[in-house]
This record gives sequence, structure tokens and C-alpha cells, in this order.
Amino acid sequence: MADTARPTNPAGRPVVRPLSPHLQIYRWTWTMAMSVAHRITGVALYGGTALLALWLVALAAGPGAYGPVAWFFGSILGRLILFVYTWILLHHMLGGIRHLVWDFGHGMEPGTRIAMARLTLVGSTALTLVIWFVALLAR
Amino acid sequence: MAQFNLPKGSQYTEGKTWPKPAGAKNVQEFRIYRWNEDDGANPRIDTYYVDRDDCGPMVLDALLWIKNKIDPTLTFRRSCREGICGSCAMNIMGQNTLACTLGIDDCKSAQVKIYPLPHMPVLKDLVPDLTSFFAQHAAIEPWLQTETPSPEKEWRQTPEDRARLDGLYECILCACCTTSCPSYWWNGDRFLGPAALLQAYRWLIDSRDENTGERLDSLHDPFRLYRCHTIMNCANTCPKGLNPAKAIAEIKKMMVAREV
Repeated sequence: MADTARPTNPAGRPVVRPLSPHLQIYRWTWTMAMSVAHRITGVALYGGTALLALWLVALAAGPGAYGPVAWFFGSILGRLILFVYTWILLHHMLGGIRHLVWDFGHGMEPGTRIAMARLTLVGSTALTLVIWFVALLAR
Repeated sequence: MAQFNLPKGSQYTEGKTWPKPAGAKNVQEFRIYRWNEDDGANPRIDTYYVDRDDCGPMVLDALLWIKNKIDPTLTFRRSCREGICGSCAMNIMGQNTLACTLGIDDCKSAQVKIYPLPHMPVLKDLVPDLTSFFAQHAAIEPWLQTETPSPEKEWRQTPEDRARLDGLYECILCACCTTSCPSYWWNGDRFLGPAALLQAYRWLIDSRDENTGERLDSLHDPFRLYRCHTIMNCANTCPKGLNPAKAIAEIKKMMVAREV
């Protein structure tokens, strides 16, 4: 293109073209939502790993340090955090398996890809409930 | 870094409500994105009312009806009106598609909302600037490349090899898929996007093409190919029912296969 001069409008101002709307107007799809969720849960796992490290360090440091940490994780707030962390971990794991299957070129057909995205959410929620149910029973 | 909000000059405001057609009994409301470079104003959303009893069944019919009967300044691309030229690609009811193959009834809404293809520079109203989109198509060199001397007649291909191009050659380059892709929204200057990559795969698996290695070399890049994160908006939105996400997955498999 031989455009040398910048285009101007009749008022003599340079034309600044607007960017068309994107996230603001795009209809959410299951695959898009689960891709975003995979990113967010992936970032949140850093926090979860820090919790695990805290627990292990306290365990190694002895009863003086382990006591308060164990108390916190056993409290209502601590259990709530661990419950959410369990879901995040499972959601990211199922998302990872979904992406592994897709990376082999399988399950990408119209009905299957939406079903797999939905299964990530349903599966992670169900597995979280099962794990906590079993854990609370086994106490 | 991705910018999720629209820049200041791109934010749209409420626009003009055009009068309802007199005496019409069956009226459909349309909300349409408007911008021109002449008045220096931000984009706006205009409201139009279309007399369904006087208008064809497709969204493109409604746009033409508005242009002919209400507002001749409404600007959009259109040509074949049968889903083969790809000109009238736009965002209708939140999804990219062709205005000529989507029925007004199929929008199932009291307000049919129409925007240009997402995250593109706007030339006017529903017309985006597709310069970089076509440059990216050119970049994958979409033509037959051979080393061996040309045969006297055509390059022959078995029916089985020809069948491998099904689901790829039908692409009409309407840009619906590429402009539906969040990865392309955030990295469209370096990521080739689903349409160009589907075309790249079409030449990679063509049994007659002899430049496969070089083609893969040029795609072996953290952005050009690997910005695809399998979000699959491309496959969900393609008005021709093609699957660019799968084509991209196949390219990634070819990359791995030649390493092992």
C-alpha cells in the first residue's frame, strides 16, 4: 500500500480508528469459559501450593509451629479455604486432561467439545464433594 | 499484555432511534453499531425498526431494507447473499457469522444486536479493516510448492489424498473464526489466527505439496502457531461448519511427529 500521508477527516484531524467491541459483546461459550477457568485455577494453585508448603514446614519445625497451623486448617475458615483449594486443584487437573485429549486431536467435534468443557465443571465439583464427604466420614 | 477494556475513543454510546415504519404490523428491532471517521465522535448504537412483512428472511435482508428504506448511510460489506463470498461476516447476537445465512427468526430476540467483527480497527460502521488478516493468509504462502519438474498435465492425486482436503478447502476467508479468538484479540500482531492456520494445514497435508518441512519451520514459533490455547471459539463460530481448532491441533501433532 502506498499510503504515505496519514488520513485526516474533514475537520483536518488525523483519523483514529476505533477498535470494535470484543469481550464486551461476545457471547460466552462453554469452551471459552472453561479456558478462562483453567487459567484462573492455574494461577490460584500457586497460593494452594504455598498453603501445602506452610503445612509441611510447620510439620518439620515441630509441635510448637505445627499446633497453630493445624488449628488454623481445622477451623471453619481454614476448612473453607481447603475446600475451595480442593475444587481448584481438581478443576485444573480435569482441565489439563481435557487439553491433553484435545492435543491428540480427539474430542474436538461440535457436541463432544462442549460436553467435555461442561464435564470439567461438573466433574470437578462432584469429585470435590466426594473427597470431602469421604474425608469427613473417615475422621 | 491483554487489554480487556475498550480504549477511550472506541467506547460506544447510545445513538439515534430511527422512526418505526408507518403502518407496519410486524416490526423487528435492530441495534446496530455505527462509526464514521468524519464527525470525530465515538461509536454509537443506533436503533432501527424493520417491517418484517416487507423484508426478506435473513439478517442481510434486514440490513439492505434499512439501507434502502431508512438510512442510506448504513455501511456494510455484502456480495453473494448465499454464504460463499464471506463479505457480510459480522457479529450478530454475540457470535460471528454471515448475515446472509442467518435468519432473523433464528436470532430469537426482540432486539437483534449487530456489531462489526470483534477487536478489529473499524473503517466504517460494520466494515472492519482486514488488511492484517489477509497479510497473515499471504504469509503462510497458500499455493502449491514443488521441487520436482512439473508434469505435462496436472499434478495427480489419489481420491484418498484428495479427501484429506475436505473440511479445509471450503474455507471462504470470512474472518469469523480469527476475530472470535481471544488469543488473536490479545496477540493478533504475532499470532497467525485460526483462518490462516487452517489454510496452512490445508497445504501441509496436500499430497502434491513438497515444501512441508519449510512450511513447518516457518510456523515453529511461540506466537505464530503456539498462541492457540484450544479455546475453540473458532470452531464454535465458523459459518461453514469447519474446525480450525482441529486443524491447528493436527499441525502441532506434525511438529511433534517430525521431532521423534
